[in-house]
Amino acid sequence: MKYLKFLIPLGLFLVLVLFLGAGLHLDPKEVPSPLIGKPAPEFSLESLDSPNLTIANADMRGKVWMLNVWASWCTACREEHPALVEFGRKNVLPIYGLNYKDERVAGLMWLTNFGNPYTHSLYDRDGRVGIDWGVYGVPETFIIDQNGVVRFKHIGALTPEVIRTRIEPLVRQLNG
Amino acid sequence: MAKWILLLILPFFLLGAHAAEAVPASNDPVLEAQMMHIASELRCLVCQNQTIADSHAELAVDLRQQVRELIAQGKTQTEIFEYMTARYGDFVLYRPPLKGTTVLLWVGPALMAVLGISVLFLILRRRSRMGQDQFESDYADAGSDPHLS
Repeated sequence: MKYLKFLIPLGLFLVLVLFLGAGLHLDPKEVPSPLIGKPAPEFSLESLDSPNLTIANADMRGKVWMLNVWASWCTACREEHPALVEFGRKNVLPIYGLNYKDERVAGLMWLTNFGNPYTHSLYDRDGRVGIDWGVYGVPETFIIDQNGVVRFKHIGALTPEVIRTRIEPLVRQLNG
Repeated sequence: MAKWILLLILPFFLLGAHAAEAVPASNDPVLEAQMMHIASELRCLVCQNQTIADSHAELAVDLRQQVRELIAQGKTQTEIFEYMTARYGDFVLYRPPLKGTTVLLWVGPALMAVLGISVLFLILRRRSRMGQDQFESDYADAGSDPHLS
């Protein structure tokens, strides 16, 4: 038994390696949202392209829908945009944009240049609705179910892989 | 030439004007102190090692304004913390609450200290019970030890 003593530091070292290894796979930038499983925060905002049109939570009732937070000043949004436009073509679910802390003209120009996958973009000029949704790193994407409950959140740029492996299966499941 | 220089420096003037507009600090020093006190307990999610009071990130500026408004509405500190955690989770608090998922965070360091001290204690006690002959002599040749002779 005594001659196995040298294994103790080795064991401790392996435990340390395990913890550090697990740490490498955690992204501290991805803060879990407390909104998952809760009713989506209330909002009532102008549409980006038509200021006379107001859109609120109630308009989405009964539908599974996506909210994608974006801005013309956000570089990661451009990165994810082709994947989103591609996804929009499939008409899997209505995609709403939340144009976050942007200028209306700049936002509209951005959509003209890079394509518009959104049914509507909600215009959140001062970022209040963004705060209610706990937005801290644009782009962010939420999936909301028929009952208005937030089911999924992705922080950072969407990739075709995230859409294929996380979003599409979830939407299929929610639509029964 | 002068036209070109003007064209070059003009954007900086515009930038300055914009920045001045974006800082809606309150004139009320009491409110401001209250706000800073609360904001110094909240983590900025954009630059995670700074408090909302310290950070210059745009979100931190917005959240400071939000805290000002909540104070003006008569909300207590606890209510403001609840407002923030409802949106950003416990992570936003520099002092997270003690609950199931955070127990290890709170008692972990104390647990490690207790473990370390007990191991040290056990080793020392065992050594103190060992006979003199179990230790190597401090001197190369035990026979020449001046204290023993």
